[in-house]
Amino acid sequence: MAEFSTPTTEHEFAENFAQLKPLMNNTEALYESSRCLFCFDAPCIKACPSGIDIPLFIRQINSGNTTGAARTIYDANYFGNACGKVCPTEVLCEGACVYNLQDMKPIEIGRLQSHATRSVIDANKHLYKAGAPNGRKVAIIGAGPAGISAACELRALGYVVDVFEAKSHPSGLTLYGVAPYKITNEETLAEMNYLQEQFGYSVFYNHPISSRQDLENLEKTYDAIFLGIGLGQTNALRLPGEERDNVVGAVEFIEQLRMRKQGTPVGRKVVVLGGGNTAMDAASESSRLGAEHVVLAYRRGKEEMGAYEFEYDLAKGVGVQGLFNVAPVEILGNGKVEGVRFVRTVTTGDKVSTVPGSEFVEPCDMVIKATGQAKQAGFLSMIPGLKLDDKGRIITNAETGQTTNPQYFASGDARNGGAEVVNAAAEAKATARAIHAFLSK
Amino acid sequence: MPDLSINFAGIKSPNPFWLASAPPTNSGYQIMKAFDAGWGGAVWKTLGVPVVNVSSRYGGVNYRDKRLVGFNNIELISDRPLADNLREIEEVKKRFPNHAVIASLMVQSRQEWHDIVRQSQDAGADGFELNFGCPHGMCERGMGSAVGQEPKVLQMIVEWVMEVAQKPVIVKLTPNISDITEPARAARRAGADAISLINTIQSIVGVDLDNFAAYPIVDGKSTNGGYCGPAVKPIALNMVKNCAQHPDVRLPISGIGGIETWRDAVEHILLGASSVQVCTAAMHYGFGIIREMTSGLEQYMVDKGFNTIYDFVGKALPNVTHWEDLNMKYKVTANIHEEKCIGCQLCYTACEDGAHQAIRLNAGTRVPEIIEENCVGCNLCSLVCPVEQCITMDRTDPGTEHLTWKERVEAGTAPTEFNDEKAGGRHHWVPEPSAALGKERHKTLPGKARVLNGETEIPAEA
Repeated sequence: MAEFSTPTTEHEFAENFAQLKPLMNNTEALYESSRCLFCFDAPCIKACPSGIDIPLFIRQINSGNTTGAARTIYDANYFGNACGKVCPTEVLCEGACVYNLQDMKPIEIGRLQSHATRSVIDANKHLYKAGAPNGRKVAIIGAGPAGISAACELRALGYVVDVFEAKSHPSGLTLYGVAPYKITNEETLAEMNYLQEQFGYSVFYNHPISSRQDLENLEKTYDAIFLGIGLGQTNALRLPGEERDNVVGAVEFIEQLRMRKQGTPVGRKVVVLGGGNTAMDAASESSRLGAEHVVLAYRRGKEEMGAYEFEYDLAKGVGVQGLFNVAPVEILGNGKVEGVRFVRTVTTGDKVSTVPGSEFVEPCDMVIKATGQAKQAGFLSMIPGLKLDDKGRIITNAETGQTTNPQYFASGDARNGGAEVVNAAAEAKATARAIHAFLSK
Repeated sequence: MPDLSINFAGIKSPNPFWLASAPPTNSGYQIMKAFDAGWGGAVWKTLGVPVVNVSSRYGGVNYRDKRLVGFNNIELISDRPLADNLREIEEVKKRFPNHAVIASLMVQSRQEWHDIVRQSQDAGADGFELNFGCPHGMCERGMGSAVGQEPKVLQMIVEWVMEVAQKPVIVKLTPNISDITEPARAARRAGADAISLINTIQSIVGVDLDNFAAYPIVDGKSTNGGYCGPAVKPIALNMVKNCAQHPDVRLPISGIGGIETWRDAVEHILLGASSVQVCTAAMHYGFGIIREMTSGLEQYMVDKGFNTIYDFVGKALPNVTHWEDLNMKYKVTANIHEEKCIGCQLCYTACEDGAHQAIRLNAGTRVPEIIEENCVGCNLCSLVCPVEQCITMDRTDPGTEHLTWKERVEAGTAPTEFNDEKAGGRHHWVPEPSAALGKERHKTLPGKARVLNGETEIPAEA
């Protein structure tokens, strides 16, 4: 029996994908902010990749200066609202809260953060404006967390900023890749509009930069080019039968879910391959779309999964079943997928080896591959002098984000290999300052 | 079972908890409800020439998420005709003959005082409380605190009352005065049977930042109110103690001010009160709070082996003394119990910025360390620590010596000159002023982790 019935309306979809961190009202924010101890040299700040002065903004909420709280947040992180909702706060700020050491509930920092940012977004209360024009121009490729954060910071520093985005909306994976119960499309885009109205950068949607000619044009027109291109499609498994119908990549599945919502097809019995956070999301989402049976299959043991514990708990909570130490061998079916042949594995040290003769078939009518995203090496090879490391990440100066081609800077997943929205936002802000320093020489 | 009953200057009550003269005692209806709930007595909302009130009337002080840690009002005495109040007093006494009903009174002329005392006496009141405390409105008309602030006038009026009173007379004092024992002594000289204190403190509880008016607001304007609630308890306790210790007062004291729990009541009693009065807590939570108060008081008495309230009235008084009589050889030192510490470092920053720089941080741990030689034993760290019993103040002197300031002065060993060798802080370590430079600024920079002992890097902008 499925945990959820298949949503057929927008309302049912919203119920099945209810927000994990709903907006706090003023009273709740007052009570929660009252609990903050205002630690010295606060561990929550240190745990935040963007270094938001968390005790300060909580104290500002508590004293009725919610606008000031929003400014404290945005001063450090332009994706302040999104991060409050989608950050893995359990392992970042909230995980560092000293209350944990007393076995008490940590401060709900994420929800307090979004409470503050939503108050200015909803009231369209502007906090920033573009700096005095300095006569220089920067092109940004990709309107994701890195690109938009860099755009904001560069506009504040007086640059003309043009953002080129292949898709039709901004914010990258915040919109296209995050589970819908973490943030809604409307909320994501409201923050994007709020930022663009204040900083006034231009975004060219449905405008992929994909050829050497495109790059040459940018190189000629702009003083610097910022790469915020993220990662590519789901990696291929190279398994027999992978081409069958209803075998989809997790990234593609989630994008469809965010765009088509209840119109997203899901199987009755779904097998999700992978042990990372995206696998957890895809499994949870399948269940919330009404799949009767969702199996999460991972080639190593439960403890070795890359996913955060709370993400696995979330999946378990909606009826997802874990299947550990199994490796897919073949995807079976006749046109459409009908099952996955697995072989059992054992982990010895770092090595995973299969157990001969342990093969079995797990019947299903849908397979979601959550086995990582490919790097965009092909595109990056068109940039002269730009080097990648052995994992396909753009090599940059750790402090400035400058690549091995001095006109190019990079931040976000393409540089760090795939991390959180907050990492991209923090990196990009610092990189934007470094671009300014470089061009001001 | 301990006996909670009291005989307060001749007024008997099944327990020491009385409702103070205020809105909760505005009518017989409320007082009967309260007695039903378990209150021992009630001081009726002050009787006099009925007033006309304004709207609004109350203001609150909230602290973070805690509502009404302080409360103020600009309401006046009873606005109901005297006859209505007297009829209800009679009815309450009929139904509750063993509970204490005290008539609070406030009028002007000698004749009025005589009339109102006689009439409330006839209605069956067990005693009187003369309201010389109200610090708003009534004082502008020469009553309330205007009387309490003039011991001679107070004495004269009490004498008028004593001329006709056949029931015990309690004089309620205002705290809006430098020395509370002056009006207390005047009451004693006039022959009063008891005193009650404190009435409310003149106050402004807050200002509307948008409309530039103080709370509570009456058509855009406001006036000072009378402050009460949990926030005033420390002031009340000190004044109760002052009256209880003064050799020329020697009157039973009804303690009032910030009493919300049994614990507050016991504190008042330990400092000399033998009945207690409650208003704000009843206004906030209703009469039902009495359940907690009586059960807490009873449990305390059982735990301590006290049979009656009188076993501990004033029991803390011998231990409240003058500063000059305190033992300067006594020394406590802060002790951080590492296993309980959660690493908030509030003790560190409090001591560093607000005390004597006697706590240090060490690399690799968030647990601060006490620098024992710098610790003056001020308690600050233990007061800011959010964890129960994590920082204790432990005695570190041998406990064999006793020397007071008074004795030092008498022995000529007290500092007397500006740069005296005997200055207490003369050999106490104080950091060089320049050591402060650069220690704060990094904390105010956005988007960067903070710096400490080189554990994290100072941002380039710093």
